[in-house]
Amino acid sequence: MASPVHQFEIHPLIPIQMGGVDVSFTNSALFMVLAVVASYVFLVLGMGGRSLVPGRWQSLAEVTYEFVANMVRDNVGKEGARYFPFIFTLFMFVTLGNILGMMPYGFTYTSHIAVTGALALTVFIGVTIIGFARHGLHFLRMFFPHGAPILTAPILIPIELISYLSRPFSLSVRLFANMTVGHIMLKVLAGFIVTVPLLLGIVPLAATIGITILEFGIAFLQAYVFTILSCIYLNDAINMH
Amino acid sequence: MPQFDPSSFPSQLFWLAVCFAVLYALMSRVALPRIAEVLTERQRRVDNDRDRAAQLRNEAEAAIQAYERALAEARIQAHGIAKSADEDIARLVHTRTKEVAERLAVQVKGGEDRIAAARDAALTQVRDIAADAAQAMVSRLVGVSVDGSKALDAVGVAIQERG
Repeated sequence: MASPVHQFEIHPLIPIQMGGVDVSFTNSALFMVLAVVASYVFLVLGMGGRSLVPGRWQSLAEVTYEFVANMVRDNVGKEGARYFPFIFTLFMFVTLGNILGMMPYGFTYTSHIAVTGALALTVFIGVTIIGFARHGLHFLRMFFPHGAPILTAPILIPIELISYLSRPFSLSVRLFANMTVGHIMLKVLAGFIVTVPLLLGIVPLAATIGITILEFGIAFLQAYVFTILSCIYLNDAINMH
Repeated sequence: MPQFDPSSFPSQLFWLAVCFAVLYALMSRVALPRIAEVLTERQRRVDNDRDRAAQLRNEAEAAIQAYERALAEARIQAHGIAKSADEDIARLVHTRTKEVAERLAVQVKGGEDRIAAARDAALTQVRDIAADAAQAMVSRLVGVSVDGSKALDAVGVAIQERG
């Protein structure tokens, strides 16, 4: 039987070399493209009617829009509207990565640290640039809270600095670990169904069904967490705290 | 674990960049404006309808007020008309009563005058008759003929004495 981590293997579908670098179109890339296509179909074709009274798909598209729009408005405020398309793209990309990975024979590109790390670093670097662009050197005040006694600076500043710098790690590892562990657990449990004596297999089957439902919840939840943390970081950079 | 195999990183990052960029372009250029347009249009329609409803309600209230004002005016007018009619009738009754009373007074006075004249005439006749009777009685009893004017004087004195 295949190893539980077999599902994370990346294999090229169309080998491509660019300047000596391997950028083959892989199963991971395929699911990224599927996510883009699915987002387009869902949001653009779903809104096809542009009806005043929405149908099912249009309702779902509108709910998704308002969900992210409210998240940005509540966490970042009015000035967050400029970054709404980016946050929305991030949410769709992570959500669909998680959900498509739940499909049979699917591949979860969000279970790869390279992908989550790149997304988290993009958010981190982007937010830091926005912070310095808006507040200049004053942005460094972030690392020393207002009203704290000056004597606490030698302790507070390193703590704040470390907590700030660890953001991309926690952001990327949270998503990557959740997706990886969930899928491994499902694989292992599902493996038990066939390895244990026939009737006893019902127990891991029931567990697998339960965990599958839970994993769908986690797929949404982790996408939500990734997005809302990005919003919170963005808010720190725009409004400072 | 395949996740920590760096040989797949360039390909993953390349396709991540491509797909994310395409998705960003599709979302920001096509999908989000389209949804936003529908949502704002709906909001606009809802606001419009609400505004129109408020306007219609105001108009209805204005109409009710106008109606009540007209009703109140009509009531006041009706009251005025009734009052003036009352006054007219009262005046008419008064003048008619006065006219009738005056006419009656004239008639009563005429009647009284006539009665007085008749009484006077009767009294004068009574005097003449009494004088004639006295003249006749004197000539029969005494055999003396009394002058007519003297007999009248004597009757006048007798009437005077008896009151």
